[in-house]
Amino acid sequence: MQYEAVIGLEVHVQLKTKSKMFCGCATEFGAEPNTHVCPVCLGYPGVLPVMNEDAVRKTILTGLMIGSDVARFSKWDRKNYFYPDMPKNYQISQYDLPLCVRGAVEIKLEDGQTKKIGVTRAHLEEDVAKNLHFETTSGVDFNRAGTPLMEIVSEPDMRTAEDAFAYLTALKEILISGGISDCDMEKGQLRCDSNVSVRPVGQKAFGEKVEIKNMNTISGVRRALAYEIERQKAALQKGEKVSQETRRWDDATGKTSVMRTKEYAHDYRYFPEPDLMPVVVSEDMIAEMRKLLPELPEAKRQRFVKQYGLPEYDAGVLVASATLAAFYERAAERSKNPKAISNWVTTELLGKLAEAKKTIDESPVKPEQLAELVSLIESGQISGKIGKEVFAEMFGSGKGASMVVKEKGMVQVSDAGSLEGFVEEAIARNPKSVADFRAGNEAAINFLKGQVMKLSKGKANPQLVGEILLRKLEGG
Amino acid sequence: MSLHALTIHELREKLRGGDVSAREATQALLDRIQAVDGKLKAYLWLNAEDALAQADAIDRSGIAKNGKLLGGVPIAIKDVINVDGQPCTCASKILKRHTSVYDAFVVQRLREAGAILLGRTNMDEFAMGSSTENSSWGVTRNPWDLERIPGGSSGGSAAAVAADEAFAALGSDTGGSIRQPAALCGCVGLKPTYGRVSRYGLVAFASSLDQIGPFTKDVADSALMLRVLAGHDRCDSTSVPQSVPDYTATLGQGVKGLRIGLPKEYFIDGMDREVDAAVRAAIKKLQDLGAEVVAISLPHTDYAVAVYYLIATAEASANLARFDGVRYGARVVGEDVIDMYGKTRGAGFGPEVKRRIILGTYALSAGYYDAYYLRAQKVRTLIRQDFEKAFENCDVIVTPTSPEVAFRIGEKTDDPLKMYLSDIFTISVNLAGICGVSLPCGFTKSPRLPIGLQVLGKPFDEETVLRVAHMYEQATEWRKQRPSL
Amino acid sequence: MADDTSKFDVSYVAYLARMHLTDAEKENISAQLNDILAYVAKLNELDVSQVEPTAHATPLSNVLRKDEVQPSIDRDKILKNAPEQARDLFIVPKIVE
Repeated sequence: MQYEAVIGLEVHVQLKTKSKMFCGCATEFGAEPNTHVCPVCLGYPGVLPVMNEDAVRKTILTGLMIGSDVARFSKWDRKNYFYPDMPKNYQISQYDLPLCVRGAVEIKLEDGQTKKIGVTRAHLEEDVAKNLHFETTSGVDFNRAGTPLMEIVSEPDMRTAEDAFAYLTALKEILISGGISDCDMEKGQLRCDSNVSVRPVGQKAFGEKVEIKNMNTISGVRRALAYEIERQKAALQKGEKVSQETRRWDDATGKTSVMRTKEYAHDYRYFPEPDLMPVVVSEDMIAEMRKLLPELPEAKRQRFVKQYGLPEYDAGVLVASATLAAFYERAAERSKNPKAISNWVTTELLGKLAEAKKTIDESPVKPEQLAELVSLIESGQISGKIGKEVFAEMFGSGKGASMVVKEKGMVQVSDAGSLEGFVEEAIARNPKSVADFRAGNEAAINFLKGQVMKLSKGKANPQLVGEILLRKLEGG
Repeated sequence: MSLHALTIHELREKLRGGDVSAREATQALLDRIQAVDGKLKAYLWLNAEDALAQADAIDRSGIAKNGKLLGGVPIAIKDVINVDGQPCTCASKILKRHTSVYDAFVVQRLREAGAILLGRTNMDEFAMGSSTENSSWGVTRNPWDLERIPGGSSGGSAAAVAADEAFAALGSDTGGSIRQPAALCGCVGLKPTYGRVSRYGLVAFASSLDQIGPFTKDVADSALMLRVLAGHDRCDSTSVPQSVPDYTATLGQGVKGLRIGLPKEYFIDGMDREVDAAVRAAIKKLQDLGAEVVAISLPHTDYAVAVYYLIATAEASANLARFDGVRYGARVVGEDVIDMYGKTRGAGFGPEVKRRIILGTYALSAGYYDAYYLRAQKVRTLIRQDFEKAFENCDVIVTPTSPEVAFRIGEKTDDPLKMYLSDIFTISVNLAGICGVSLPCGFTKSPRLPIGLQVLGKPFDEETVLRVAHMYEQATEWRKQRPSL
Repeated sequence: MADDTSKFDVSYVAYLARMHLTDAEKENISAQLNDILAYVAKLNELDVSQVEPTAHATPLSNVLRKDEVQPSIDRDKILKNAPEQARDLFIVPKIVE
């Protein structure tokens, strides 16, 4: 019996706003616990929520980017349940009239085929606080509570773990290029839960749906789904039933396991939020927002050529992915030589990433670090050749350029005194080459240069070496 | 006349003229409270030093003389409104040791107007009740008869003003909690149009019904208080950005030609006969003053209590979910989080609050939402439309505030439904979101208990409501009556 | 349609509300609530099939605020109100997922 999987993904995205969804506290990540809080996001008695205009705008923009119907009338609802990370023990969310309905994300599969994954809806809500766990207690940090969260629910259109991986990758691209979110899963800015079921090929009805939680990277999602699909298939092959349950993915062991089952399924008792007024979106607003839609790749390519002085081909390589383009721009804006940055990215960086089977956002070298490396080369502190070694070290260790140069003692030697010393030694040791050069063989100087570089363990500034050699050879 | 017995406008004159200092006014109240609050228990919390310090600061800066609307006037606050640094218990054990960390919008307004924040008054727990018997700290007594209730839920504020323990007090009104105690205690209580006064800082009971409003000794004071409290607040999304008129300026414009609607559903059998008589006499007085009477109907009146007790309890069940022992308030230790929640809330909430939380949770629960909550919201629309249609034919609506006068303490505590039905004349007003005031219109013979007249107006037409009330009040002597304490 | 009120399961509703009730309270509340539910059943007399529910008392929409950071509250002030706090966190019994 052949089986096929049916997968749906529920993605929660933290929006890149400065302040929270319903209050003015900062959304900055990594702050000291409970320092970005106020009576509103702490759910103190008597407080009231006020909508963040930018969060609404970003959600509508997302809808436009994925071809949703943006609701002309959208409202808020209370989702009632108790948990320590819930300041009010209800979450302000959207139930029956979300901001965006329908839409699709186009994914590219490994064989080059494209496929459209439907989106059911995208709505806005507020994020919950963070629970930290100790031996016998847990501690709650409310910094995160109230951060604007966009929930995007896909149609169950995915059939393989690869589909899911491609969907998440494509979705991230869209969100990053639109300035909606930085989608950094490590910082919890993008979270993903999945619903997976398996059914015999040809059957219309869905199999029992299993919810999978705790997938913390996009690759983790792929691994978890691959495992779960096999698990369900195996069970069905044996004639066993798949139970509808929630399972937790453990990346270390590579397995899913049943989460502690709750006694009752949640009854969220949704009702319209009396403290918030509806959102009415006019045609004019939508037209305005269409103007804000992110640069399509072609327009970006042309801009890169113009703004950074890049050759068409290089620009083309950089804009092929929004994340790569964003990486490049972050580095380029910190550098006096955007063309050099481009060279480094398209050759060295992409090369090493391909070798290590990493994606650009898994790059151990950050844009700022690359910019620093290039500036060290530009300023002559290290040579281009040494730069490549430094880069390799940076890639391997994640350390910054100056740190590596310092630790490995790779600073280029540029002071005349030391260089003169090396040059004189090279001249002294290689009388034949000297004679050849003076006899008219210009190329002989390269051998001597090479010797100087060897003597200086590669640290001599090659240009200065050339100058000094020439002077000494011609001067006699 | 004793200082404590003055109205705000009388006090302001003395303060402006330099006859009296803010400290003297405050001390007069403190003395009065000392003398009578032992019997009344209107106040839950009073910090005499703090109040006097506020008064001294005002005297030093000359605010009382400098045109601030409430400069040097001490005002009492219902224990459901946040004042930074003060306790805020909402008369509940679950907030027994809770201290506010911010000022409500209305409190900021009072401060800006130069008012002195005097103390905090008793109430039914979380504003749920019509008698103040649901307070966890004991009941407040009606100044006119200490064996009787002052009304609720803002019983403490009403009693304080009626007994001259405050020049004015803030209360909150969700189904009549300002108007009904005002009627039962013989003072003036105003519920503004929903959205007129910011709710930021008011501990929420029913979010779509709650409003903060003033208790005062006369209508002119009420107009002044509303002027200070009303206005748009960016921290309250339900606050309406409508300009605030000077409510005191139009009070004396008379009622000639004004059409007063009398809804037949509010003049029913079963109402206390003396209440009926007093209200009819008041209507006659208004006619003598030049108003016209128009018979109107509010056909869905009979359903209002049912609608209210589904919507208000549903919203309350969610609003009170935050009291869980995690971030503030009392906590009862439990084996795990769920146990902690259960024990904390079980120990912290009183019986009426529990009853309403259960009812509200049930009305929203799966399978029952359509039959209860949703249906109630639809009938609410019908009630709102009743008023809209009625106001096409009249300018204000006049009714009794309560079908009965103050009942004895303990008389209705066994029968929650009976208690709920006493709100019948006030409840529709909150459901429709319109404004209304209650003011004294007489007394029962024996015992001598106040009777309240209710004047209702169109949304944001407090001016007309106050004008009608003022004209009636000035043509009578009820406001000069004081309980003998 | 409003249902058979004898099905009213006060224990379940109390669980939804995370509120512990004693047996006496459960009995009491059940009885009182049955009366109240019987009373509110009168709403079924009305035909509301063509009526929109009132979601809000005021006809406002798009009440928005600019995305600007405002000062947060002083941490000590709120930790002082916490029933239990440690390491600058609000402490609760251990949460088991």
